[in-house]
Amino acid sequence: MKYIYYPGCTLETTALEYNKSTQAAMQALGAELMEIEDWNCCGAAAGEATSHLLAMVLAARNLALAEQMDGGADLLIPCSGCYLNLRKVEDHVKREEGLFDKINEALKEEALEYKGRIKVRHLLDVLSRDFDPENMKPLVKKDMSGLKVAPYYGCQALRPYPDFDDPQEPRTMEPVIQALGAEVHPWDVGSKCCGAALMNTKKDVALELTGSILRAAKGADCIVTVCPMCQLNLEAYQKPISQEQGEDLSVSILYLPQLMGVAFGLSEKDLKLNLNLAMTKSLKERLEI
Amino acid sequence: MMEQSVDVTHQTHEAHSAHLMEEVQENVQACMQCGTCSGSCANSFAMDLTPRQLWRLAQLGEKEEIFNSTTFYLCSACYYCTLRCPRGLPLTDIMGALKRLAAAEGIERYRQSSNFYRTFMDTVRRYGRIREAEFMNRYFFSMKKNPFLPLGFAAVGMKLMKKRKIPLEMPKLFGKGRFDALFRKVKELEARP
Repeated sequence: MKYIYYPGCTLETTALEYNKSTQAAMQALGAELMEIEDWNCCGAAAGEATSHLLAMVLAARNLALAEQMDGGADLLIPCSGCYLNLRKVEDHVKREEGLFDKINEALKEEALEYKGRIKVRHLLDVLSRDFDPENMKPLVKKDMSGLKVAPYYGCQALRPYPDFDDPQEPRTMEPVIQALGAEVHPWDVGSKCCGAALMNTKKDVALELTGSILRAAKGADCIVTVCPMCQLNLEAYQKPISQEQGEDLSVSILYLPQLMGVAFGLSEKDLKLNLNLAMTKSLKERLEI
Repeated sequence: MMEQSVDVTHQTHEAHSAHLMEEVQENVQACMQCGTCSGSCANSFAMDLTPRQLWRLAQLGEKEEIFNSTTFYLCSACYYCTLRCPRGLPLTDIMGALKRLAAAEGIERYRQSSNFYRTFMDTVRRYGRIREAEFMNRYFFSMKKNPFLPLGFAAVGMKLMKKRKIPLEMPKLFGKGRFDALFRKVKELEARP
């Protein structure tokens, strides 16, 4: 399996461990990732909040670059924010008259053309639909039995485009977690919002949302995520939230491919668990990491 | 000559705002006030007007009341309302249009958010990718009327610095930006009738 790969800005800095572990886990599964050279920022939440056309053009530039690469391969994106911004272009050029031409007129400045051919897919989409969990089982080297994992999906991998999972009651991470030999922590907040960028602009509101997710994780050994923004919101504010709520809500937060990598016995160099902001002592001892 | 060009910019600006508001009005025209959006909204507990109430004001074109409320900037783009709207209205996108309009009109209570986004996009124009350290410093500078703002980011910033997750790079403030031409072209396309 070959995929064109778009890491995005966050995966180069604050979510470097997501980047490394995605590449390592995909390699362990026998997939080849080809990174787009000279990719640019997808616009994040700022693009749409500034100019709709600019948001579309920035995202489409990456699509145009991807289309120049290996014919037929899908575009794999681990960050849910980047995924949605690039996925949106596919949809909006179909329902907004004249948008396709405008995008291409702008892209002429970069000597590029978007043809509307490339398929944009989230990492979880690829993991859950292109790989049979049965084939992951033989790769597992570490005993993960009894480990309770809470799958957190967040918003933008699921909505508004339910390409690969139920957008309200997502389940796609469960077969993966079970294939690793771990257990799924039963909860119903996997698709609830963590507050996203409100953590920067309206912190009190975002803390409320993140707090309710941490509370629902009580009893789990860790939460796994598939989005750098969810990850940061869940891992970086556990102290103030615990203080505010008067109980210790600290819990380990890992990216899904990091958990896969631990189970597959991959090295710290590949998984970068030392970069995670929330790793409890008990989990480290349990996983011997 | 100078005066004339200022006037033209002003007119384009006005026309742009009016166009955005028309778009919003048109997009919510089919709203039947069922309230599914309000019931689905993650942040409605913190809003003064529910999303349903906001859409009614939007139908009526009550721009002032819309921007007097906290509703539009408390949208965290979770897309639950868009998913569930029985009329199939792109409600999250419309919230996005309201945020653009608030930024274009310089709405005071939205200044923190619009400065955050504007500074972010300016960093993208310069480098093509985001540079956290420089972006945050410039954002704080743009908000210098609120000198305590950086404190809210200090704890997490320190954590990330300690893990060496925020590279410090020299800013290139005066050279040509990576996407100057692309950004200029988009502006030109947007100004077209």
